[in-house]
Amino acid sequence: MLAQNIIFYVIAAAMGIAAIRVVTTKNVVHAALYLVVVLAGVAAQYVLLAAEFTAVVQVLVYIGAIIVLFLFGIMLTRARIGKENDLDNDQRFVGALVSVALLGFLGAILWDGFEDTKLPPGRPQTSAEVGLSIFRDYVIPFEVISILLLAALIGAVVIARRD
Amino acid sequence: MYLNQFLFLAAFLFCVGVYGVLARKNAVLVLMSIELILNAVNINLVAFGAFHDTVAGQVFALFVIAVAAAEVGVGLAIVLLMYRNRHSIDLAEADLLKG
Repeated sequence: MLAQNIIFYVIAAAMGIAAIRVVTTKNVVHAALYLVVVLAGVAAQYVLLAAEFTAVVQVLVYIGAIIVLFLFGIMLTRARIGKENDLDNDQRFVGALVSVALLGFLGAILWDGFEDTKLPPGRPQTSAEVGLSIFRDYVIPFEVISILLLAALIGAVVIARRD
Repeated sequence: MYLNQFLFLAAFLFCVGVYGVLARKNAVLVLMSIELILNAVNINLVAFGAFHDTVAGQVFALFVIAVAAAEVGVGLAIVLLMYRNRHSIDLAEADLLKG
């Protein structure tokens, strides 16, 4: 139990620092690379929660595909490679105030609701169970998601196409 | 391990994402902040799935990942179109609807 806790806090600290760097760094490419650290940390937290399949999908889809899309987006919009001082707008202080207030609010509610509820000792949720659940209990949402993804990708092609 | 460890981590990521959405000018960086928010939600889903010992949490996290992929695809297409038409992806300058 102790080792798991140590690993959790080490990964959580890395994720926290990287997440703050994503929203404060002055270099757009670095923001994408810090985002990789956060997403890999999320995958590691899934492993700690014994959710192996979701962890693998997180690495494949987020780090493998979405980050590459972001890097393409950065490249195609010709962001400067290097420092850029004009990335934040003038609502920065209001934004910081809102997010700190939100964090305090959420923290108070979570502490009020769950105090020190322990997670039950981890029973690994296998890929087989996840697959069965998707194709037995959630097959209609699954099909809807498939159609949504197809529609979104066709839509993206239509929007970005030069005609 | 406590359930709240994961919930606080997710709340922190969510708030950082909200700050990013509010404070960033560059549209690509705003999309990245939205990814932070979606990941915070996913951590919550998987943590509650482990807490209740059900795979439903993982299944819905997978659905959210698929929707996030669709959202990034369409979002970046819109950003590219905005860049092509205005040669800038500064969200503060996209104010055609302002009266």
